[in-house]
Amino acid sequence: MVKLLVIIPAYNEEMNIAQVVRSVDETRRILPDTLLDIVVVNDGSADRTLEAAESSGVIVLDLPYNLGIGGAVQTGFRYASEHGYDVAVQIDGDGQHDPEFLPKLIAPILSGTHDVAIGSRFLDSSRAGFQSTFTRRIGIKLFEWINSVIIRQKITDNTSGFRAYNSKTITMLADEYPLDYPEPETVIMLGLRNFRIAEIPVVMKERQGGRSSIGAWVSWFYMVKVLLAIFVNVFKKHR
Amino acid sequence: MMNQETIEIWRIQVVAIGFSLAVMLFVFELIRRKKLREKYSLVWFGAGIVMIVFSVWRGLLDEVAHFLGVGYAPALLFLVALFFGMVLMIHFSVVISDLTEKNKTLAQDMALLKAELKKMKADERKPS
Repeated sequence: MVKLLVIIPAYNEEMNIAQVVRSVDETRRILPDTLLDIVVVNDGSADRTLEAAESSGVIVLDLPYNLGIGGAVQTGFRYASEHGYDVAVQIDGDGQHDPEFLPKLIAPILSGTHDVAIGSRFLDSSRAGFQSTFTRRIGIKLFEWINSVIIRQKITDNTSGFRAYNSKTITMLADEYPLDYPEPETVIMLGLRNFRIAEIPVVMKERQGGRSSIGAWVSWFYMVKVLLAIFVNVFKKHR
Repeated sequence: MMNQETIEIWRIQVVAIGFSLAVMLFVFELIRRKKLREKYSLVWFGAGIVMIVFSVWRGLLDEVAHFLGVGYAPALLFLVALFFGMVLMIHFSVVISDLTEKNKTLAQDMALLKAELKKMKADERKPS
């Protein structure tokens, strides 16, 4: 039996969270020999996300105040690390990621060929599903170029928050994970430490309701912050 | 015999020394009242001492100004003060970053413990 933990970070997702939990729960039928637990990390939501998550019967990690997506996901990694899970999957609380892809996403982890699997919306040549807005795709392309130069591997969807990790990676990320906008930086962190990264084609949806955590102006700050973090990472001491 | 100019420089020297001493005394008082940690007072004392040295020893200021090619020596005092201001602000940024990291860990610990406690309570209610 493989112990799998699905981590769902949620900030003001009272409209979506129950549906996301339900759809993850339904994947049990396509995941044989897997002990699946779901943990919702409530990142100091101002709405009734906590109540919605608790009434859906999953484990809830309730942060006392908003830490940012990275701090929330890391809480999930720490839970996974403390409770000895073999695989951890991170999936957004807004319904963008389809849990139907879970078996495909964790396959390279289970077979032991890779340490990390990233769900990419750009790998499928049919370009099905939500491909993000034009300006955001420029940013994503920039990350693809920079990251591929630094870690010598082409990662097409550096901003994807739909990822699977093995226990070795969970231990590392439980100890060190960026607080905000963590996804592109984590690719660099793991790539430079020679973790084996796989990309799996997935289809993403547009968010079901609520608002994205990254608005128009914040996008610029996002780009600058992440680029700086990536740059610094290259020179960081690796333990 | 003192001319007008010497008197004015002497005045600004007294003001500068007095001000530096006042700041250091204020910092000392904050530590005594436990409003400021010794660790964070060091940069303030360092800045105060350097400012006093430059205020008392006018020759040193002129010398350094001449060496750096600063025409008006007292302008160098501003530069030194500005430098310490920068050092203090960077120091604060480092302290804030450290606090942010510790704060994050603490919040995460709390969320994990709350979940653990809830589970323990639920297990207790169940008859074994």
